[in-house]
Amino acid sequence: MGEAATKPNPTEDRLATLSMPENGWADAARKAALARVREMGLPGRRDEYWKFTRPDTLVQADAPQAALFHNEEGPLFGEMDRLKIVFVDGVFDPKQSDDLTLSGVRIDRLADSADIHWASDLYGALEANGHYVPRPLAALNTAYATDGVLIHVTGKAEKPINFIYLHENETSDAILHHVVKLDPGAELTLLETGPAAARFNKCMEVDVADTANFHHVRAQGRDHERRAATHIFARLGTESVFKTFTLTVNGRLTRNECVVELTGDDAVAHVAGACVGDGDFHHDDTVFVTHDALRCESRQVFKKVLRNGAVGVFQGKILVKEGAQKTDGYQISQSLLLDDDSQFLAKPELEIYADDVACSHGSTSGAIDEEALFYLRSRGVPANVATDLLTLAFLAEAVEEIENETLRDALVERLQGWLERHRG
Amino acid sequence: MLNIKNLHVQLEEEDKQILKGVDLTVEAGKVHAIMGPNGSGKSTLSYVLSGRDGYEVTGGEATLDGEDLLDMEPEERAAAGLFLAFQYPVEIPGVGNMTFLRTAVNAQRKARGEEELSAADFLKIIRERAKALKIDADMLKRPVNVGFSGGEKKRNEILQMAMLEPKMCILDETDSGLDVDAMKLVAEGVNALRNEGRGFLVITHYQRLLDHIKPDVVHIMADGKIVKTGGPELALEVENNGYADILAEVA
Repeated sequence: MGEAATKPNPTEDRLATLSMPENGWADAARKAALARVREMGLPGRRDEYWKFTRPDTLVQADAPQAALFHNEEGPLFGEMDRLKIVFVDGVFDPKQSDDLTLSGVRIDRLADSADIHWASDLYGALEANGHYVPRPLAALNTAYATDGVLIHVTGKAEKPINFIYLHENETSDAILHHVVKLDPGAELTLLETGPAAARFNKCMEVDVADTANFHHVRAQGRDHERRAATHIFARLGTESVFKTFTLTVNGRLTRNECVVELTGDDAVAHVAGACVGDGDFHHDDTVFVTHDALRCESRQVFKKVLRNGAVGVFQGKILVKEGAQKTDGYQISQSLLLDDDSQFLAKPELEIYADDVACSHGSTSGAIDEEALFYLRSRGVPANVATDLLTLAFLAEAVEEIENETLRDALVERLQGWLERHRG
Repeated sequence: MLNIKNLHVQLEEEDKQILKGVDLTVEAGKVHAIMGPNGSGKSTLSYVLSGRDGYEVTGGEATLDGEDLLDMEPEERAAAGLFLAFQYPVEIPGVGNMTFLRTAVNAQRKARGEEELSAADFLKIIRERAKALKIDADMLKRPVNVGFSGGEKKRNEILQMAMLEPKMCILDETDSGLDVDAMKLVAEGVNALRNEGRGFLVITHYQRLLDHIKPDVVHIMADGKIVKTGGPELALEVENNGYADILAEVA
């Protein structure tokens, strides 16, 4: 009794609310992950990588309530031919999903995949490998994920796969874990759309074998009060390509971590994001790219538009290991602050142990260019339309990281809609 | 068309009077030129008329076809038919020249209650007008003025003028930074737009632009006022004798 009255332990308080699912092949990985969580402890305000973002609501035992938000917009990418996999508040919904068969791909549900072998080498493995800095929320995810899919891409996927996340319950607390494995030469485009849950913890591990291609475009949806902590862990083989882009609109708190390891020569990794926030909005991109092979290229391009007290955070690192010669690393993070109340906090880092590399990084904060605004207005463009044009122009460098024009145009349209609804 | 009466303007941030009672009337179909030494207030006049921030009107008025310009937002002035060709056109990375022009043309049409131009119609018109100014397809696609040479920027200003078809055009030192050939091209563009319904106010330091854009009336501005008005011969007088004689004469 005396002992129980000692200091509070948020980690154990949170763990006490969870129960570990049993699914045979993943049990060992889950238990190992739980041990990692206990060792690291869930994030606190004093942790080096949580100085700019308060982890409290992500860690607390119960998910804070998040009102549902609906607007007139139809489903994103609605007109594209894609394989839909739908989750409602973090639970796979077979009725709204397509049949999980696709040429060049094998898709299994984490929750009923007792006989899977290929994923047992991967589930939790890239996450476990990604703790250059502690990422306890990812380890918690591996230990307690209740759903998710395992995708094995053996050839060129016939069409994109779209995870659609619907949020229907105001207090839902979802933990999803996906694993994607691409065989040599395989290709997949993965789309993720929607707000998912009141609180969403998502982890995705992506293993990109030699010469394989993985394109990922995500739109974190529009609920104002939702919270999310997401992780992507990727490992890249020789001459492989990994490109991920995230659009975030609204959301009280979003923490997106992306951990990429270039382990094969001549691999390419692009990690990009654009976010627009108005008011009670906190968005954090934490990116860690490790070069551990010859002649690899990496790009980090992040743009944030913030107004009415919105907060943006960027923590980005390029680590070039010894021997990773001819590395070409690039990192840019920029914010457009539409008023004096909004805030952008950036922590760019380079750590280089090879002597023949090119790495550059930059970070800026700025306001709308008054000269450009006047120029546009003097041609008859109303001030609010001119501001939208300049805002989209600011975001363009990040959005252009998306190669597929159809996907890009769909996201630009969403951004335009958001800007029109959030004019000053 | 453009009526300026006893216009007084000072800088918003410091107590400095720039325009000290400007009187000027530009009639439809006429080209007026304003010449004057540095610091006489020529560019300020163009900025105040187009609605740029940073200036405070402390007296007088300016109207376009009877409408009070000074009470309007910059975009309203544009829709009312005022156009300023900038001395230093602004570069806007990320906004395509074509998108910019189409947005501007249609915003003005909308403000005037006219139907917007379709993409196809717009394309047809802009191609034709760009060609006359030797502006190629690449320049139309590129971001507004980004990487344009001095001459290209000024031609782009004239293209905007040609597309927006304003009633009253103000050209602020459009000749600055241009070589003779580029100046001729720009002047031809301006001359092609001269007609009975349109007024021009050409601001320049030098007479040479006025060899190509022949003015009907020439004004000399000094210390925030129009100090002398005459015919084209006044520009030649400046060219030959400088401003000193004229200023001494009116002092």
